[in-house]
Amino acid sequence: MTIKKLGPEELLSLDKFSVDEGHPHILVDKAICATCKARPCLIVCPARCYRLKDDQVNFEYAGCLECGTCRVVCMDKGVTSWNYPRATFGVTFRCS
Amino acid sequence: MAEEDKFDAIVVGAGPAGSACAYILAKEGKNVLVLERGNSAGSKNVSGGRLYTYALELLERDMYKRAPLQRKIVREQIMLLGDRGATTIDYFNPAFGEEVPQSYSVVRAELDEWFAGEVETQGATVASGILVDELIEENGKIVGIRSGTDEMRADIVVAADGVNSLLGQKAGLFPDVRAHAVGVGVKETIELPDSLISSRFALQDNEGAARVAIGCTDGISGGAFLYTNRGSISLGIVFNPEQAAKQPRHIQDIFQDFKMHPAIQPLIEGGTSVEYGAHIVPEIGFHGIPKRLHREGFLVVGDAAQLGINTGLIIRGMDLAIVSGLAAARAILKSTAQADTGALYMQQLEELLLLANERAYQNFHNIFDISRIFGGYPKLANDAMQFLFTVDGHTPKPMLKELLGVVKKHASYGQLAADGWKAYRSL
Repeated sequence: MTIKKLGPEELLSLDKFSVDEGHPHILVDKAICATCKARPCLIVCPARCYRLKDDQVNFEYAGCLECGTCRVVCMDKGVTSWNYPRATFGVTFRCS
Repeated sequence: MAEEDKFDAIVVGAGPAGSACAYILAKEGKNVLVLERGNSAGSKNVSGGRLYTYALELLERDMYKRAPLQRKIVREQIMLLGDRGATTIDYFNPAFGEEVPQSYSVVRAELDEWFAGEVETQGATVASGILVDELIEENGKIVGIRSGTDEMRADIVVAADGVNSLLGQKAGLFPDVRAHAVGVGVKETIELPDSLISSRFALQDNEGAARVAIGCTDGISGGAFLYTNRGSISLGIVFNPEQAAKQPRHIQDIFQDFKMHPAIQPLIEGGTSVEYGAHIVPEIGFHGIPKRLHREGFLVVGDAAQLGINTGLIIRGMDLAIVSGLAAARAILKSTAQADTGALYMQQLEELLLLANERAYQNFHNIFDISRIFGGYPKLANDAMQFLFTVDGHTPKPMLKELLGVVKKHASYGQLAADGWKAYRSL
């Protein structure tokens, strides 16, 4: 079988990223996330950039697919700033 | 700033909407600058995707013949998934592939790059790898854009910056898009030899199949899609993000289970996953379009204007983007006073029937509130099929009684009546 269930890391490893080290294009306020009960980001971020770590929402921008879902579903405004990565950085789709 | 540094128009975003607009403007001799944040046009874009050809024809007759389109769609398939089985309706119509074929599967990285090249051929400047940060506003008018420390000015700025349209928000035209108004789509591109694709879907070499599927979203409002390309298959699911967030499984896991469903996996087996993408899409059609799509010196087109139509069977975005880009270009060309361009744009959206198309389906999205469409009803269909096709030597049960039993297992008569009424009201 060549077709397999792929895990989060395997899926992102298919894509080409150029990470803008030290310049996150999305800012997340963990203090706000700590009080958020719904935490929709944990379920709907297609890249799983938002994960629970020691009961805290941990955000990692490196594998971001720049879709905007987190900004749209974040009700408590823990996503304090959402921008596109600076030019030439971020994901590059070649066959989507 | 010297007058020669000023453009007639700056188009932000080299997707179908931006390129359509820039193409017509440049063709009519306007001095146009297109700014694209990706390293090449299409490199930030993800779509299903299928393009309905009429839109390119509106732009220029026979233009589609030059475009890097994938397969012309002659098979429309609707799949109802059960836990392991599936019921598929397959509608083959070779007429869809004749004359000007109705629609094609497309790969955005190829399509958008080609389109941007066409824009350049008409004399516009396309600058990739440039992110527009801000709009320049003077005396209540938008007069240009800022990218880093660079300023660029134009008589008009066209925001073709996609569904998240940060520029439309910065112009104060509309608030951020709301979760109930969008779907979140995830997609895997799977490379597979062309001959295998043709034989698995019963297609001639240049023909394609498009498939929608329900019953694969853990009951979340949403559905899957499959498009046959040249040498690859696009497979994905679009979810309602609000509903997805209220259940425990990650959408990636639900998607991967769908990919491995016994009725899906054999279609892509032997293939290689080569890309994983995600995007949000306007989902509620007419009612999702912001009331204001323009202000002086500024127009909003395409996904940025939340133009989309999803009937469950027909999913449209790129065609509407192209038509809106054309509408914007025509408005700019007709306009004699800058203050009139916005009204002319809205007039063109009417004349080109874009808004008529949106209005025709304006209540359609209410159907997607019927939760049983995404779970109970597809299961019902498969249970009914299982009963109808089962032969085991036992005395067959009375058909009508048994079928009614299958129906009742998934929905009460009251629920059926309520869902039927809701569907009737939405259509």
